[in-house]
Amino acid sequence: MENEKILEIKDLHTGFRFEDKYFDAVDGVSFSLYKNELLAIVGESGCGKSTIANSIVGLHDKNHTRVSGEIIYDDENVVNYSEEQFNKIRGKDIGFIFQDPLASLNPLHRVGEQIKEALIYHTDLTKEQRHERMLYLLGRVGIVNPERTARQFPHELSGGMRQRVLIAMALSCKPNIVIADEPTTALDVTIQAQILDLLSELQNEIHAGIILITHDLGVVAQMADRVAVMYAGQFVEVAEAKELFRNPLHPYTRSLLHSIPQSDAVGAELNVIQGMVPSLKNLSRDGCRFAPRIPWIPDSEHEKNPILHQISRDHFVRCTCWENFHFENEGGC
Amino acid sequence: MSFLEVNDLKVHFPVRGGFFNTIQDYVYAVDGVSFKIDEGKTYGLIGESGSGKTTIGKAIVGLEKPTAGEILYYGQLVNKKRLRKKLGYNKEVQMIFQDVLSSLDPRKRIRDIIAEPIRNHEKLTKEEEMKRILTLLDIVGMPSDALFKYPHEFSGGQRQRIGVARAVALNPKLIVADEPVSALDLSVQAQILNFLKKIQKDFNLSYIFISHDLGVVKHMCDYIYIMHRGRFVEAGTREDIYNNPQHIYTKRLIAAIPEVDAENREEARIKRIKVEQEYSEKESIFYDENGKVFDLVPISDTHYVAIKNKEDLGYVENSIA
Ligand SMILES: Nc1ncnc2c1ncn2[C@@H]1O[C@H](COP(=O)(O)OP(=O)(O)O)[C@@H](O)[C@H]1O
Ligand SMILES: Nc1ncnc2c1ncn2[C@@H]1O[C@H](COP(=O)(O)OP(=O)(O)O)[C@@H](O)[C@H]1O
Ligand SMILES: [Mg+2]
Ligand SMILES: [Mg+2]
Repeated sequence: MENEKILEIKDLHTGFRFEDKYFDAVDGVSFSLYKNELLAIVGESGCGKSTIANSIVGLHDKNHTRVSGEIIYDDENVVNYSEEQFNKIRGKDIGFIFQDPLASLNPLHRVGEQIKEALIYHTDLTKEQRHERMLYLLGRVGIVNPERTARQFPHELSGGMRQRVLIAMALSCKPNIVIADEPTTALDVTIQAQILDLLSELQNEIHAGIILITHDLGVVAQMADRVAVMYAGQFVEVAEAKELFRNPLHPYTRSLLHSIPQSDAVGAELNVIQGMVPSLKNLSRDGCRFAPRIPWIPDSEHEKNPILHQISRDHFVRCTCWENFHFENEGGC
Repeated sequence: MSFLEVNDLKVHFPVRGGFFNTIQDYVYAVDGVSFKIDEGKTYGLIGESGSGKTTIGKAIVGLEKPTAGEILYYGQLVNKKRLRKKLGYNKEVQMIFQDVLSSLDPRKRIRDIIAEPIRNHEKLTKEEEMKRILTLLDIVGMPSDALFKYPHEFSGGQRQRIGVARAVALNPKLIVADEPVSALDLSVQAQILNFLKKIQKDFNLSYIFISHDLGVVKHMCDYIYIMHRGRFVEAGTREDIYNNPQHIYTKRLIAAIPEVDAENREEARIKRIKVEQEYSEKESIFYDENGKVFDLVPISDTHYVAIKNKEDLGYVENSIA
């Protein structure tokens, strides 16, 4: 049961249309998610993390987006599901939590009604049972006075309370999969810690597989079982969390870790990654995508068509440039 | 040497309502804080959102009128526009805003945005002004073709640098930096932080560095104030605050930081739960019956804690062990 695969993504490509051409923001991503597992996807903004999330739950505007590859859920490829088909699984089998709870909640409806609505759609509870369950859920996510909060409108709640409500909604139907896209980025650290602890606790209860998207390596270190580091539409490194922090290999992973203010080198100059994440249209699709940001590494170190190499049982790294990588100020070795 | 001194600063905002739109209550955004600023030093102001950090910053640069208390610049009061003008205070004390985009006029080109403070305070010829602007762009590492672009044409990191260029344009003594890197990605954040440190060295600048990121504050600041409910709960050097936190609020804040350490996460979680528990148990030692933070009392030459009875600290420490 521990290793039950609940979601499999194969060669996912999601492109956005600019005029008459599509540019892939997610460019050949494959991974599996297991029951009871927390997989973190980490990378700087613009790397394509949210695009993966939105592809899985079918939230893209179909007129401007092209999705291909396979998203296999319950033995079915849902990539080309219609809106109605997605509606059946969204919220029931797959719960999602986004960064801005205000945008995900209807400002005109009371919080309690919104939770009950999901229950109408996905369960056959009676009206009274739905009300009971809604109050139970609010209490379960740590809302002190569920009766009162249920009658409030989203804007009347603090950011932390809203995120709790969203978690209550996402988990209302005991989903197998939870996708949380930067769920605590807008919150204070103390509230963030509470929300993340709540998420872990609920996971232990319903055994869902969670995809946690974040740009915060601290959050990854505290939460993840497995980590995928994403750069320019691709995974560049995938490893178990402890392994990744003990033995980071890809130059992008190492550069990110190096630019965090570290407690053991207080005040020292921080590592800066040269250049920036390329925009979709300017992204060169040939060769190692991180190469322009480590120009002191000779071309010969990179693979022509970088693939993810298996380094050990649970550790994968893209390209070959990690093997002799050094930071610019370290000199070659 | 301190050049700026803030004594018992209060900023209260009236809450109006009712039929006659009368004042019903006050938001005690800043409710009695005191501190001094020395040359070339960086002071951190940390606390959760709503604790009053931005309001302190705005009061210092004169954008918010204090309800009570005094701000002294080289011993002179600067609470009135006229006084600030006389002392050239507005030139010497600048602010970098959290939300740069909204602080930059979208219809103005970068050239005019950076020139604005210069035009307000100095009389330069067109050539002198251009020379100064180009130097500033160079200092913040922006190409000269940025001059004729508009704010929206830049990335978040670049806009933040434009905000910095504008703030340093008049060679100020003090910059209030309000969450200058909160919206930025790690590598861009690193760039701005390095850069703020560099110009500090070059110009002997002082910073009041406002942030909710304790890692960033630790990296940047010599001296740190922890804020809660409009008041300081603790003040001390980096070592005092991080190695020997005394106020339960500080402990809670530090325990909540997600450390980049995957090995000890279970210990971190247990610690967090313990600190949360302590927080609810010890509330009456650290806050009065109305939830107000006590006055700061010294526990060493550099370290101050807001507590009613200093003796209770011993009690608190013993009870943790
Ligand atoms: N709806 C859209 N239309 C066009 N481009 C988009 C759209 N959504 C995202 N993008 C682009 O796709 C890339 C990846 O974006 P996103 O998935 O939001 O990244 P992340 O979540 O990692 O910050 C970025 O270059 C972004 O500008
Ligand atoms: N102009 C204003 N009018 C009324 N209340 C305000 C005003 N500015 C700030 N406040 C309130 O003062 C408190 C402190 O705000 P602020 O200084 O922005 O906190 P921080 O920067 O620490 O997040 C908050 O409760 C905020 O809502
Ligand atoms: Mg995103
Ligand atoms: Mg603020």
